[in-house]
Amino acid sequence: MLNAIIQGILLGGLVVLFACGLSLLFGVMGVINLAHGDIAVAAAYVAVAIVPVLHIPAIWIFAIVVPLFMVAGYIVQRLLIQPSLNSGPLTTLLVTFGLSVIIENLLLEIFSANSHSLAIGSLASSAFKLSSQISIAYLSLLILVVSIVVVAGVQLGLYRTRTGRIIRAVADDREAAELIGADYRHIFGIAAGLAFGTVALAGLSLAMYSQVDPSSGPDYLIFGFEAVVIGGLGSLWGTFAGGIVLGIATTIGLFLSANFGALAPHIVFLLVLALRPQGFFPKKVAV
Amino acid sequence: MGRRPNMAEVVAAEPALSNQILEVEGLCAHHGQLLALDGVSFTVGEGSVFAVIGANGAGKSTLMRSIAGLHRPSEGRVIFDGTDITRLSTPQRVELGISLVPEGRRLFASLSVEENLLTGTYIRRSGHWTIERVYEMFPWMWQRKNQRSSLLSGGEQQTVAISRALLANPRLLLIDELSLGLAPIVVRSIYGSLSKIMEGGLTVLIVEQDVNQALSVAAKFQCMLEGRTTLSGKPAEFTPEEIEAAYFGLNSTSSIHGKD
Ligand SMILES: Nc1ncnc2c1ncn2[C@@H]1O[C@H](COP(=O)(O)OP(=O)(O)OP(=O)(O)O)[C@@H](O)[C@H]1O
Ligand SMILES: [Mg+2]
Repeated sequence: MLNAIIQGILLGGLVVLFACGLSLLFGVMGVINLAHGDIAVAAAYVAVAIVPVLHIPAIWIFAIVVPLFMVAGYIVQRLLIQPSLNSGPLTTLLVTFGLSVIIENLLLEIFSANSHSLAIGSLASSAFKLSSQISIAYLSLLILVVSIVVVAGVQLGLYRTRTGRIIRAVADDREAAELIGADYRHIFGIAAGLAFGTVALAGLSLAMYSQVDPSSGPDYLIFGFEAVVIGGLGSLWGTFAGGIVLGIATTIGLFLSANFGALAPHIVFLLVLALRPQGFFPKKVAV
Repeated sequence: MGRRPNMAEVVAAEPALSNQILEVEGLCAHHGQLLALDGVSFTVGEGSVFAVIGANGAGKSTLMRSIAGLHRPSEGRVIFDGTDITRLSTPQRVELGISLVPEGRRLFASLSVEENLLTGTYIRRSGHWTIERVYEMFPWMWQRKNQRSSLLSGGEQQTVAISRALLANPRLLLIDELSLGLAPIVVRSIYGSLSKIMEGGLTVLIVEQDVNQALSVAAKFQCMLEGRTTLSGKPAEFTPEEIEAAYFGLNSTSSIHGKD
């Protein structure tokens, strides 16, 4: 049981990485990005495709793919999402859904339906023993640490930097932000770049941790979405807590029964939604 | 230019009566089908206070928003310091030196007082105003800089909103409904600060429902009704009755008193 909880926390790190960008996009722009999971998968496939060509250790792939996706995030926001924002939330939802379908089919076309993973050598399998029953995989621990660093980093960036301040201002009131000279489209682009960067990180981690296939995007989207909702909309640390809770729910479910692992997090999600619909750490809405 | 300027150019080059920093020409603006501005024209001299008064729904906010670039006019031009800015975006206008304090103040609710002020420095236009100068002028802001702006009183919020706009170092400051929802004593104190602020040569275009207050500070004013200008000129040129008639749209031939 204790092992299940510890493994759950470790798994939660991955969920947090998925959810972070989703939370950011929703918090800043009010956009629910249905293509979020597919973007993670796309990042994994880009890595799978370029690692053999570049002959670099797989771990360096982060330095290439994450910046690439940040730029892509900015462009996708400016060209696709931004125009849809003025036509209401439903249009935005449809646009991101369309993006999801396109990414999925492009990946199928290029890479076929086979699943892939990123080979990272011994790191993937090595672990240390905490006790006779509990062993901790270095990779999982690394992913958890990265997720903490990412959430803390984004949080610090939002609260301690000039750009972060403007991002929060734009999230509060776009028009008032324009009146102090901020082009909110550009600021939204930056937020989307951050979100895409973090989800690319999630996709790469996933490909090292297990396997990805072109159609797995929506599953990760659901996990990320649930983490954002039970954590409290618009709160990054809430999202973090949500991700960890879902991770623990999964491993405890697995511990109880092999079939229950997939179902347990969704049940926890529904329970939290029923008992505390505002989530763990609802963002205080100031009027 | 190697040729002789023609007559029109000579006239255009003639320095206007003092320097007109803002010229609004035949401005029309719609909200959907509704014509909210119907050919509004006026000019504002640099360094002066110009007041726009009018009843609810007259189109005052639409006018201010059109000047600030938040609303696309359907016809007419806005000229700032000789440059046609009708097609420029709001941030571009801020960079040229036009700042609007919007109706309802619109502070960033989740940001602290100081953060709200700092957002005003986003474009880094240089000039007199720095955050230190703002704190010098309003020491209470320094004491409460870490508070959420939503915890401030209405008058304090308005002062922060004006300071935020000033930190962009504008040449033209637009204020929509300065006194809305504020106690008279607070309004007087803000107007007091405003006259100090204007010592640096700032031009202020102000929308007011408090007609007496507006007319006591304005060099020129115009009264609007249903998107049209019903009266314009210097406050001293009109009797209170004439202004009242223009404000409420009473027919001047049947007269305000009804009995003469
Ligand atoms: N966003 C909008 N959508 C539709 N109609 C609008 C909108 N904003 C203003 N209007 C209409 O345009 C007209 C002018 O409105 P505006 O806000 O400019 O007037 P105002 O003089 O500022 O009024 P107030 O004193 O109430 O602030 C009004 O009839 C108003 O109902
Ligand atoms: Mg108004």
